[in-house]
Amino acid sequence: MYHNEIAISVQGLKKSYKNIPVLTGVDFQVKTGSIFALLGSNGSGKTTIVKILTTLLKQDSGSATVNGFDLTSKPGNVRQSISLTGQFAAVDEILTGRENLAMIARLRHLKNPGEVADDLLNRFGLTDAADRKASTYSGGMRRRLDIAMSLVGRSPLIFLDEPTTGLDPEARIEVWKMVRELATNGTTVFLTTQYLDEAEHLADRIAILHEGRIIVSGTLGELKKLFPPAQVEYIEKQPTLEEIFLAIIGKKEKN
Amino acid sequence: METIKNYFFNDMVVMLGRSMRHIFRSLDTIITVTIMPIAMMLLFVYVLGGAIQTGTKNYVDYLLPGILLIAIANSAGYVSYRLFLDKQRGIFERFNSMPIARSAALWGHVLTSLVSNAISLVVIVLVALLMGFRSPAGILSWLAVAGILALFTLTLTWIAAIPGLSAKTVDGAGVIAYPIHFLPLISSAFVPTKSMPGPVRAFAEHQPVTPIVETIRALLSNRPAGNEIWVALAWCVGIMLLAYVFAVRVYKKRA
Repeated sequence: MYHNEIAISVQGLKKSYKNIPVLTGVDFQVKTGSIFALLGSNGSGKTTIVKILTTLLKQDSGSATVNGFDLTSKPGNVRQSISLTGQFAAVDEILTGRENLAMIARLRHLKNPGEVADDLLNRFGLTDAADRKASTYSGGMRRRLDIAMSLVGRSPLIFLDEPTTGLDPEARIEVWKMVRELATNGTTVFLTTQYLDEAEHLADRIAILHEGRIIVSGTLGELKKLFPPAQVEYIEKQPTLEEIFLAIIGKKEKN
Repeated sequence: METIKNYFFNDMVVMLGRSMRHIFRSLDTIITVTIMPIAMMLLFVYVLGGAIQTGTKNYVDYLLPGILLIAIANSAGYVSYRLFLDKQRGIFERFNSMPIARSAALWGHVLTSLVSNAISLVVIVLVALLMGFRSPAGILSWLAVAGILALFTLTLTWIAAIPGLSAKTVDGAGVIAYPIHFLPLISSAFVPTKSMPGPVRAFAEHQPVTPIVETIRALLSNRPAGNEIWVALAWCVGIMLLAYVFAVRVYKKRA
């Protein structure tokens, strides 16, 4: 559909809020079909970058192309080629899961919104909850529905803004699995996160945003080379609390 | 790619369907905008009506225009509330990052307000008919009444949109509801302004609700509406345009 090797290209992006600079010259590129993780602490400007790239916010200066379309001159085409899953699960709580998905399918002008909804409910393990109001869903289910809504219409590029913040470890692993599946099917994923292990597990390339600019970017291997070589030490490896938690939960489910 | 705008009508229908579901699934809304006004009408006609001297044969004939305006006024707070929730939960961001007209999400709420008020007003008029309300007005007068009620609805909807879109908390969003509730109470909706003490009477006669009530009353009883209709229209159109400009500006900035 879009014959570009580069899904996102950003040059010299700057943005201030009331004289407080948030982005002071951001440059990076994202390859089509890859998973790109933007890593940064809270308030570092990750969400600002997502909002600019999804046409919700205008940059002060600098330029960017998304799927080959210039952000400033072709915002309509950009919106047609992307999907956004924002920082907070943007599901309609009064509608059911099925209604939420069908609504998005209608807004994307697909021919058979009912089928699209059923298919996604099935893929995301929400068929049993399909006719319940989204307000009754757990945090993990809500996030799943939220991401499913972003997959309606099969956009070639998906933005996930902190998709696992506030989720329990199990739900987080589910989201990781979904992201990997997306990339396997050729979708480009732009993901922001404050968790280092998330970037490490998922991303083909990682960029670190700090004080308004990208301070390093590359593959995990490249980033590791920037630091002093690893020293071999023998220590007893204790299981982390997360591993213990998951092991117990896993046992329970098998019973 | 040039077809983005052709879907405006389709998108509006989807938005309307969504918000109408919100209303029909909210018992609270139905009580406030339909049942409460009917209860007030019953209370005033059967409990207080005997003691109120209005110069009309049937008190319900005198009362109905005011009750219709109260029903509309009661619905204004919900417009603020629903817009606030859509903004806060990221629903607007989701819609605005999709290939649909930016204004569709906002106009969806406005259209919903018109349609839902029309439904509740028809129900109230039917109840009034059961209570003995009779009108000699012809079809043209009824159309004029419908037009004025629609204009009043639009005016209050655009006013209510401003706090809904700009508030930081849900309490702030609802702030406009109270003054709007009060206006019909201090007008000629229940009793003629002649019976009020000086300052209250001066206020009642120079606020928008009184000329609107008087115009609808005149139209429904086949009396000439005289100057009141122009005063009523001037109030509505003037306030609506002002509120519209502010609301759209806030929407573009915040949502």
